Amino acid sequence: MVSLELQGVSVAFDGAVAVDAVDLSVEDGHVLGVLGPSGCGKSTLLRAVAGLEPLSAGRIAWDGADLAGVPTHRRGFALMFQDGQLFDHLTVARNVGYARRLQGASRATVRAEVDDLLGLVGLRGYADRLPRTLSGGERQRVALARSLAARPRLLLLDEPLSALDAGLRGRLAADLRRILTESGTTALLVTHDQDEAFAIADRLAVMRAGRIVQEGATGAVWAHPADADTALFLGCSRVLDPRVASVLLGRSTGPVALRPSALLVGPDPTDGLPGTVRTFRPTPDASRLVVAVDGVGDLDAVGVPGWIAEPGQRVGVRVAEHAVAFLPDTATEPAGSAP
Amino acid sequence: MTRRLALGSLAAVPVAVVAVFFVLPVGAMLHRGVWPEGSFDPGAVLDVLRRPRTLRVLWFTVWTSTVATTLAVLLGLPAAYVLHRLRFPGRAVIRTALLVPFVLPTVVVGLAVRELISSSGPLGFLDLDGTPTAILVGLVFFNVAVVIRTVGVAWEGLDRRPAEAAAALGATPAQVFRTVTLPALRPAVVSAASVVFLFCATAFGVVLVLGGVRYSSVETEIYLLTADLLDLPAAAALSLVQMLAVVALLVVVGRLRAVPDPTVRRVAAAPTRPRPRDLPALAVTVLTLGLVALPVLALAVGSLRRDGAWTLAYYRALGGSAEGLLQVSVTDALGASLRIAVDATWMSLSLGLVVAFVVTRKVRSRAGRRARAVLDGFFMLPLGVSAVTLGFGFLIALDQPPLDLRASPLLVPIAQALVALPLVVRTLVPVLAGIDDRQRQAAASLGAGPLRTLLSVDLAVVWRPLLAAAGFAFAVSLGEFGATSFIVRPAEPTLPVVIYRLLGHPGALNYGTAMAASVVLAAVTAGVILVVERLRVPGVGSW
Repeated sequence: MVSLELQGVSVAFDGAVAVDAVDLSVEDGHVLGVLGPSGCGKSTLLRAVAGLEPLSAGRIAWDGADLAGVPTHRRGFALMFQDGQLFDHLTVARNVGYARRLQGASRATVRAEVDDLLGLVGLRGYADRLPRTLSGGERQRVALARSLAARPRLLLLDEPLSALDAGLRGRLAADLRRILTESGTTALLVTHDQDEAFAIADRLAVMRAGRIVQEGATGAVWAHPADADTALFLGCSRVLDPRVASVLLGRSTGPVALRPSALLVGPDPTDGLPGTVRTFRPTPDASRLVVAVDGVGDLDAVGVPGWIAEPGQRVGVRVAEHAVAFLPDTATEPAGSAP
Repeated sequence: MTRRLALGSLAAVPVAVVAVFFVLPVGAMLHRGVWPEGSFDPGAVLDVLRRPRTLRVLWFTVWTSTVATTLAVLLGLPAAYVLHRLRFPGRAVIRTALLVPFVLPTVVVGLAVRELISSSGPLGFLDLDGTPTAILVGLVFFNVAVVIRTVGVAWEGLDRRPAEAAAALGATPAQVFRTVTLPALRPAVVSAASVVFLFCATAFGVVLVLGGVRYSSVETEIYLLTADLLDLPAAAALSLVQMLAVVALLVVVGRLRAVPDPTVRRVAAAPTRPRPRDLPALAVTVLTLGLVALPVLALAVGSLRRDGAWTLAYYRALGGSAEGLLQVSVTDALGASLRIAVDATWMSLSLGLVVAFVVTRKVRSRAGRRARAVLDGFFMLPLGVSAVTLGFGFLIALDQPPLDLRASPLLVPIAQALVALPLVVRTLVPVLAGIDDRQRQAAASLGAGPLRTLLSVDLAVVWRPLLAAAGFAFAVSLGEFGATSFIVRPAEPTLPVVIYRLLGHPGALNYGTAMAASVVLAAVTAGVILVVERLRVPGVGSW
């Protein structure tokens, strides 16, 4: 059942269109991720849903009821900011209990709920700390607890993890997914980080220059990007036209996009497609090469573990199809259009 | 070690100046009161405090200051919001215009309000002449600008997102204001309110002109006791009470200002277009603007009208000496005022620069930080001590060799420089403190010596605020009346003193000439302040 529905939503700032005729819907209990590069208008879209930016056109509805004219505080959509935006003058417990106190819940009720929520986000015992004494990850956990405490109909997440370092981001993303699933919260997530989106969202909408260019289940978007730009944004390193792609895959196909791990290079030129090493660069987990594949051209590839290649060496290239994304036939881009 | 020594000796200069020209005179005044006949006699002080008139004066001061402060905050908060968070045409002009009352000479303010509410004035039908309400109007008139500036600057830099986060959590606009915005503004509001209270409680010119003989505040009472009644013990007793009250106020304010997390996130929040829900704030702002504009207009119109007709007679009279009443013409007095203001400006500027430099240096030791805090407070002293006390102290303390300065033309500028010092320091300190020390370290690591570093890092940032501070000092000096009225040489009076003398004598021409002189003085001061505002120094005029 559809809860949030956006129809032709546009937002403009002094004539400059930031969000351009966006149609989206979020089903009850699901998490929709809006993925896009910075400046694509995704944060503006989120703020429009929260009621913080006026629409220049279109309609936002909840359970079929138009939200035009409903101010932010009556929408019941909690917004979690990129940097948490905790109230620095209030303790952790008062931050988390903020919404419930406004709703007039009794002191004892609020305290019990706050304790539960702090337990849920793994911060039991932090109740009397001030926000400035917390680390970045702890602050985001408090911000999440504070948003959940409001018992929102919809949780709006604005790049909730991007201010954190890589390791913490991975762990917190898993926690966030678990908490959202367990509490059955409907959520709208915007992010520029594809790992964050894949870890948290059920469905993905890819946004570019104010428009939604693709929407679908997370795995489907990953496997079949709508066009070359989307493929590159989703982490692919090269887009190949049908001729080159057919040579590489050994069968007739449309255009494809390759992730960096799609080509595996070994020292035996007869194992797979033959080619010549251009450059070789070892990294902590795998070696990265550029290989001139015969009849195809220069491509990025990874080397087999523990092997050191020399430029000019003849090698064999195998294709790992799980790291190949297939694009629709219309999306033709010349090989080597990687950024 | 050498660094600490250098800083110490640098600090010694302003400390010595303030000690000789502030602590010594004020101390002498108090000494006169508490040791009346050469022996310690606190009983005399207590006797004075038991007089019914003294109690009446104290009570009057407390309640008028409290009410005026409350009104200034209530009117100033919405105006601060409108002028610093909303976007509309003419905003910059209004903001600039609102800085003017703050530096307008108190005598001029008093006269302008009197002209507004006098029986022949535009608001004469309200019958407020000679009532405490008139004094309140005057006090609010020149203090509401302080609230608007101080709170406005804080509000302008306030991050919008915490408020949005609260709204997204279900807080109504009123709840957002109470739980998020107000706590964030609290330090600024408390600062503004305390400074306004201080200004109100030590207001001299306004109360003197508007209070007449019926209403007296502590400040005018000290003046009356010393200048007219020569009752020094009583004056000293009141000065002492005033000083203790000021210290107590500053301590309380320090407590109130303390917030759980003092770090402030500054952002440049884009102002928004006014929305329907901003209407009440807009209405209060218009009311405030009216309150500020009306007295000035009334003064300007009054100076141009005689017996119901337009005339320039009062302005022509500026060149004369008011039928021998004054020893000099008003234009001569303006010249003297300007000369004195130039001297006072360079004095307070050089003192203030040294003070600001010393109190913003990085200090590593705890003792060093404490010394710095004490210094900081020491140089704010002139803010809380009655200018009348200072002026009278000058008279009795600086009259013997080696400090016989009574006849010196520098006496008046020195006193005015001390009155302006806190303002200069407050303008420079935030800017100097805002320089990232790593900039200096970067300069040093690139081979710049200490002097070169000072020139290329500090001076590059501080020259605009320095000019702004100069403008403020100049304006304060032009309008200074409390201390000046005691120590000015009769043959070379300043313009505010001349205005007050004219007011003290009956006759329509005298009154009209006083108004014309006030307009001239206000125009000069306003001109200086408008130039200051053009410099666009962040936080000018805020506390």
